[in-house]
Amino acid sequence: MTTDAKSHSHVHIPKVSTLVKVWITLLVATFVTAEVATFDLGEWNIVIAMAIACTKATLVAWIFMGVRFTSQLTKLFCVAGLVFLSILLLITFSDYSSRSWTYHAKPWATNKSLGLSK
Amino acid sequence: MPETIEQVPHEAEADLHVRHHFANAEQQMEASTLGMWTFLITEVLFFGGMFAGYAVYREMYPAAFAATSEFMNVEIGAANTAVLICSSLTMAMAVRAAQLSKRGDLIKYLIGTLIFGITFLVVKAFEYHAKYVEHLIPGPNFHPEHLAPQFMHNAQILFFLYFCMTGMHAVHMVAGVGLLTFLLIQAYRNVFHAHYFAPVEMIGLYWHFVDIVWIFLFPLLYLIGHWHW
Amino acid sequence: MATTYPTTPEAAAEEPVNYLNVEHGWKSWLFTTDHKRIAMLYVFSITAMFMIGGTFAMLMRLHLTRPEGIFAPETYNRFFTMHGVIMVFFFLVPSIPATLGNFFLPIMIGAKDLAFPRVNLLSWYLYIFGAIFAIYVVAAGGVDTGWTFYAPYSTTYSNSYVLSAAVGVFVAGFSSITTGLNFIVTVHKMRAPGMTWMRLPLFVWANYATGLIQILGTPVVAIALVLVAVERVMHVGIFDPNVGGDPILFQHIFWFYSHPAVYIMILPGMGVISEVIACFARKRPFGYEFIAASSMGIAILSFVVWGHHMFITGQSVYTGIVFSFLSFFVAVPSAIKVFNWTATMYRGSVTFESPMLYAFGFIGLFTIGGLTGLFLSTMATDVPLHGTYFVVAHFHFVMVGGMLVAFLSGIHFWWPKMTGRMYSEAWARFAALMIFAGFNLTFLPQFVLGYLGMPRRYAAYPPEFQVLNVLSTAGASILGISLVIPLIYLTYAWKYGPKAGNNPWGAKGLEWEIQSPPTTFNFDDTPTVTEEAYNYGEEVEEQRVA
Repeated sequence: MTTDAKSHSHVHIPKVSTLVKVWITLLVATFVTAEVATFDLGEWNIVIAMAIACTKATLVAWIFMGVRFTSQLTKLFCVAGLVFLSILLLITFSDYSSRSWTYHAKPWATNKSLGLSK
Repeated sequence: MPETIEQVPHEAEADLHVRHHFANAEQQMEASTLGMWTFLITEVLFFGGMFAGYAVYREMYPAAFAATSEFMNVEIGAANTAVLICSSLTMAMAVRAAQLSKRGDLIKYLIGTLIFGITFLVVKAFEYHAKYVEHLIPGPNFHPEHLAPQFMHNAQILFFLYFCMTGMHAVHMVAGVGLLTFLLIQAYRNVFHAHYFAPVEMIGLYWHFVDIVWIFLFPLLYLIGHWHW
Repeated sequence: MATTYPTTPEAAAEEPVNYLNVEHGWKSWLFTTDHKRIAMLYVFSITAMFMIGGTFAMLMRLHLTRPEGIFAPETYNRFFTMHGVIMVFFFLVPSIPATLGNFFLPIMIGAKDLAFPRVNLLSWYLYIFGAIFAIYVVAAGGVDTGWTFYAPYSTTYSNSYVLSAAVGVFVAGFSSITTGLNFIVTVHKMRAPGMTWMRLPLFVWANYATGLIQILGTPVVAIALVLVAVERVMHVGIFDPNVGGDPILFQHIFWFYSHPAVYIMILPGMGVISEVIACFARKRPFGYEFIAASSMGIAILSFVVWGHHMFITGQSVYTGIVFSFLSFFVAVPSAIKVFNWTATMYRGSVTFESPMLYAFGFIGLFTIGGLTGLFLSTMATDVPLHGTYFVVAHFHFVMVGGMLVAFLSGIHFWWPKMTGRMYSEAWARFAALMIFAGFNLTFLPQFVLGYLGMPRRYAAYPPEFQVLNVLSTAGASILGISLVIPLIYLTYAWKYGPKAGNNPWGAKGLEWEIQSPPTTFNFDDTPTVTEEAYNYGEEVEEQRVA
């Protein structure tokens, strides 16, 4: 079936310099993640590592995958997927976090019960 | 500012690829894009189940998880991460080449992506073999050296998650390599041009997604404890 | 595979070219991309699986006529597991979307096919592949973990065919995902000019919302089954208490899908009921916007209530409180629908053809099922009721009294369109009433049994429960026989029934404006929609050919 009018969607072609800049940023961020892990920052290690990972993922999605130029609907779909993943993670996690509120000790072995530091 | 698309002689050929139930090429492209993104959402939830397990058990057994990091080779993991990031660049360049009807560049960048992807898998294979040799596969033969005895049980959970998560990721990489090979053959036959490049872009989306999964796997599996260069 | 065009005017009047007769031969069916043919392939497949699942139900009810049972307990365990696995994953989840949804969703929005016809065919092949695994499990001796595959029994201690069953369900899950994906993209991108969201038939809204759940939920149960399978093979895993694993984590991941899954099962049924009631009350559904919004609301809310299946299994009581609270909310959109359907019939011009009989049955039985769900979502009352026949009765009321009845309603409503033939209304009404009677006799006693404390999934029970169990089995026998009746007269009608016209019911909707059966591409020209949906303002003449 042929079309009568030439209905081209506006094709967004990224600039090479943009792609290369993102590429370098991602490589640097990978190095930084590994470097930060050489320091003992306690609970902040995982927070920083995840923050950097989220930034990298956002860059890949926004620029490499072209979310920057997609429709509102596509952006909504991306967000929706993450929202429902968060529901799975958060509520499941809340179960394990709150079990000890009833009992005095978590039923599984922890660092403290094993006499370990940190 | 993005470059504008030039008029190329193959405009009418776009209609050759429009399937009968679509009104025009634009509708088909929009449907394909939305379809691929919907599929990627299912992949987010698919991997997400394992991330949920990881989160729960890391919170329950932080010391055991941290103790496993001496068995992970951070340099190799970081290098492999860099390999995948490079593959994402070449993939994005390949899509761009298709959009600009540059067959030569498209083939070049697809081959580059394939090389990076296969490199990643080869390195992974060596890592798995090393783990096997060091008795780090959970189960009756789990027998790591220098692991404190109180972690012998719980560490198996981390290794189980390591193999499941990286293994599932590797399965997706292998599928990606297959899809890229298909694209390469089609590109060689000059199928793609400025008015028909949807398969390149869609498979590109898939490839980037698999890269994103690894972006999270690297710090979660390799950088749990502390390490030194 | 020759196209058989009629050679004389008489022959052309006899049987116009349609999707059924345009091509012949097994290849034209097994390699088809026509959504209508794929829908019919599904009709046959899920009917076959339903009969297998139903056979296990009859074996269960037979066993339960005696307090000490008839079969060995291990055998009984396999019966109820196979009944559950097959009915849930191979009948209820695909049922309406894969059959009536596949057939009518494109037509209702004015499209020539779904967005991805080849993916649609893939979906059917995935279903068949999964079903082959399920049938293999049946033939090999069954699985005995319950359809819920709880760890650590499924991962470590069961010596039945867990791996094969998990693979079968996994593959069937991807069949479901591809169907949902196809529906979502189709509704977004393939609507005809003028078909705005608020002009969509409610059946389309229902299948769209179902597709959202399929996309978001099914992958999670898929990974849960993968983890069980790997643990079974490796003899260790993350659900294994020997290494510090928590079996309840499996339940979280499993129910994250399996609760929304029950809405995958019921939402399309609700969509059918909206269509049927609108037609046979000759009225636009009351509160159309609310019914559409409630479908979306159910889809979203269904994802935050899964823990109400886990109140007494070891979950934190605080998380349980949250789940209990949220579970009350998910009842609200369902109740809104029931009120709206009832209000649609008020001051409508109601007639009692067989699809409408089923719809009446649905409203009553689904309401009972839904209300009894509230007893289970209330944590305090769930403690004595969990794991009893009260739960069994509750979900059979919503799944059989609700979903199966809605499926039958839809099949009867649209059979003239799908086959071009009208069935025997007398037999249809008879069967509908017998199904209703048999169903109630089967499951109402089970509410009492559960309240009195009879546990589910037990191969034996105290003798004082025997009378109620025998009543239930009697009802199941009536139900089983009654369900065969539609199979017979619908098949008979397809071959020998009188021709139905394009619109035997005088209904509104794009599907009733095209020929029965439809042509391969549905429409000669893409329609332009100018009216609101359910425009039952003026009397519509019935075009039924006697």
